Amino acid sequence: MKIDRIEDPWGPATPVGPGEEWPARVDSFLAPGAEPERWVQTASVLHSNGDAYDVAVQDGKLVGVRGRAQDRVNRGRLGPKDLFGWQANHATDRLTRPLVRRDGDLQETTWEEAMGLIVERSHILLREQGPTAFGFYTTGQLFLEEYYTQAIVARAGIGTNHLDGNTRLCTSSAAEALKESFGCDGQPSSYDDIHHADVIALFGHNVAETQPVLWRRIKDRLEGPEPPKLVVVDPRLTVPARHAAVHVPLKVGTNLAFMNAVLHEVIVNGYVDQAYVQAHAVGFDELRERTADCTPEWAAKICGVDAALIRDAARVLGQADRLLCTVLQGFYQSHQATASSCQVNNLVIVRGMLGRPGCGVLQMNGQPTAENTRETGANGDLPGFRNWDNDEHVEDLARIWNVDSLKIASFAPPTHVMEMVRYMEEGVLPFFWVTGTNPLVSLPEAHRIRSVFESERVFLIVQDLFLTETAAVADVVLPGAGWGEKTGTFTNADRTVHYSGKAIAPPGEARSDLDIWLDYAARMDFRDADGAPLVKWHDAESAFEAFKQCVADRPCSYGDITYGNLRGGSGIQWGGARLYEDGRFFAHPDSCETWGRDLLTGALLEETEYRAMNPYGKAILKACEYVPPPERPDADYPLQLNTGRTAFHFHTRTKTAKAPQLQAAAPEVWAELSPADARDRGLVEGDHVEVRAPRGAIRAQLRISRIREGVVFVPFHYGWWDRADGTSRAANELTITSWDPVSKQPLVKAGVAQVVKVADGHGPSVAPTNTASAPVEPLGMATRGGDPALADSDLP
Amino acid sequence: MKLGLALGDVCEAEGEVGRQLNVLGERHKADHDVFHLTETLQLIARANIGRLAPHGERYGVRVDAEDMPEEHGASLLEKAREKTSELVGRRPESGLLLIRDLRKLHLIYAEASINYVILGQGAQAARDRELHEACSGCHAQTLRGMKWTLTRIKIAAPQVLTS
Repeated sequence: MKIDRIEDPWGPATPVGPGEEWPARVDSFLAPGAEPERWVQTASVLHSNGDAYDVAVQDGKLVGVRGRAQDRVNRGRLGPKDLFGWQANHATDRLTRPLVRRDGDLQETTWEEAMGLIVERSHILLREQGPTAFGFYTTGQLFLEEYYTQAIVARAGIGTNHLDGNTRLCTSSAAEALKESFGCDGQPSSYDDIHHADVIALFGHNVAETQPVLWRRIKDRLEGPEPPKLVVVDPRLTVPARHAAVHVPLKVGTNLAFMNAVLHEVIVNGYVDQAYVQAHAVGFDELRERTADCTPEWAAKICGVDAALIRDAARVLGQADRLLCTVLQGFYQSHQATASSCQVNNLVIVRGMLGRPGCGVLQMNGQPTAENTRETGANGDLPGFRNWDNDEHVEDLARIWNVDSLKIASFAPPTHVMEMVRYMEEGVLPFFWVTGTNPLVSLPEAHRIRSVFESERVFLIVQDLFLTETAAVADVVLPGAGWGEKTGTFTNADRTVHYSGKAIAPPGEARSDLDIWLDYAARMDFRDADGAPLVKWHDAESAFEAFKQCVADRPCSYGDITYGNLRGGSGIQWGGARLYEDGRFFAHPDSCETWGRDLLTGALLEETEYRAMNPYGKAILKACEYVPPPERPDADYPLQLNTGRTAFHFHTRTKTAKAPQLQAAAPEVWAELSPADARDRGLVEGDHVEVRAPRGAIRAQLRISRIREGVVFVPFHYGWWDRADGTSRAANELTITSWDPVSKQPLVKAGVAQVVKVADGHGPSVAPTNTASAPVEPLGMATRGGDPALADSDLP
Repeated sequence: MKLGLALGDVCEAEGEVGRQLNVLGERHKADHDVFHLTETLQLIARANIGRLAPHGERYGVRVDAEDMPEEHGASLLEKAREKTSELVGRRPESGLLLIRDLRKLHLIYAEASINYVILGQGAQAARDRELHEACSGCHAQTLRGMKWTLTRIKIAAPQVLTS
């Protein structure tokens, strides 16, 4: 059947009962008149779900997509961004030649000259300052092979620990929460658990928009026999919240108060699996003590919801037989991110809900290949979940790379991006290389970020598909080959590894990030301890095999996964379906990834403390007191600011705005208020408003939605590259510079704001009507894609 | 009985912690994590004083969170200092200054810590179970601040000293 997949982002139902296999439903979309010559296997890079599909190729161009029925992740289903996003490859404004800044302007040049400039500057800075002069900032969009190569270049070639990814903005709290609770990163559960759970709880996880196919999976359970109960914690009435048995619309920044009350209730009501806790966890007494005073009444005042609602949520969570919890940006990008996410881990640990079908926790990712930055160390961690603060782990890595262990900077934790920005601001980090991300729009407090990146004290290299806002201020711009134009692998949020083939040639002289790193390593003449080239691989498959060797003895071992067995069939999960089936964790002091941190302050704990606390490597119940967020509403800024995503865009729209169906579905920024807050300000749907914060202001059209009172929502996808006058409408003009002390994830859901009218709207805002931004009352218009958005769905 | 003296020393040290946290926050507003953490650590210092207050009455010592220094940014003069710090914060020297101020705070925490040890020993000798428990709880909280300063110095020093 043909379905408008902008109007219905999730597609037709295939209801399933508990324990049943999810039937295939093959979605496909072809450009009008296309007659594909061949199909090339790949998976999605516009969200973290890992939907597997084939791209159609004709005359050297991509012409469509078709879901892979055999794949465990999506069983053929595709979301709107999968169906339409590939068109961005053929956008007319792709970068095709390197650019260098001459006399203030970016001008086209050769690879020889561009790389020559970079290498020359690198040598000078290595001589003058050494490795601390270099910072690398990557993305959650490249492939595993590229990340691993970047990690060795930065760590063992240059020798810096200033290495991070924009995964800092999407997945760092997930990784840190897993490390704190289980001693090591690694997703405990599997998407399959959705088919066995009797309660599914979404903590700050608007799954319908971040992972539409995963929401279809959950909804197929809700629409089948014996449906699970859904618990949703979110200040907006998201699509999942409309289907929830319990929806808790917390005030922004109060997640930890809520979670502490939930754990309080679970403990005092006897929902604890004492045998499991005794056998498999440490820290229960501390958890009980820390939550002893956290009654629902106490939390209700802080969170702005009824105590009865908190009790309801705790009861459903406490009485579940098979509890599956998921967590995403509502927790990760908010105040006390890691501590709140650890409380979700604590919930499943004390309830003994781990390692069995339908039980567990999915600490989600925001990006398709974020998981790989964590495994390879491109996010600054050491490859293979090694502990930077454990000398033996550093020695082990040095042995594998055949370098002196002193080369690997392990005297301090990896430097996160906001700290690197600070160093650039101070003028002590003069070299910064950005790959596949757009910090000028995506980092908080945009005016500050602009002033830092535009400074002449920083030699800025940007490697991208497009001339983004960030590339426009760079000293050197390198044109990258994107997804579909290169071969590699990547791993989704439930540890499923997918192969992605090269379907077409990149435009012009664009090169893959892997080739660029290999070229840089060769030109820099990085050597190992025996004088041989440091980087011993030459293409994607050899890089993959080298990575496998590096992680072979570590928890994220890729085992016998090869390009050969990834081609043709389903994606493959490393670690199997569930990581902790036997209640054994990767938490032994000799093998764990971290000694842990104080969840309140981020202070590093010492090896001796960890060994004393957890000598046998059990799960760690860690808890922390709630403290108020860094900014509280006042008379000037009475609203809380919440920024986030929509179903139809990704990142800063560098790709999704180039897909006409997606761009038309959400063409402009909007601001969302509750009916009461709009009424108080004399505002009606569609009014032109200014959203003001202590640091900046943007203009947007107003959408009146079912968001909770006291909160204004602004989507964070919109920058200024597509504005003729260059004025910014980035949500980050408004956000505060502050980050979680443990994960260092910026708090883009934690500021304050005011909304004032600028002009009458003369009609509704263009915000989507079929997502969390749905209007309170029908507007006489609805989000539709029409004929251009009709896609096929083959039901079983 | 000189437990009152030891209690007074602890409170004085917590007051010093509060004052140095203010200085640190004001001077290093451009180091956003430092600024925001000083607010969190102020909460801890105030909570400690609140927990010790009932014991102060018993030993004839004034222990009152009201005596703690105001939170930073409260006065016009402090606001002016914060603004200055944002401007100065764009110079490489601000890193050296940060280390110096963190070191000072670390030493003040160390003094507070040893004062808690002294008080705790006295409380045990006097068989004052409640004071001992309060003292242990507060001491653990103070050590969190000390660990934080150590972590922050470890992170800052390499960049400052090699650039």
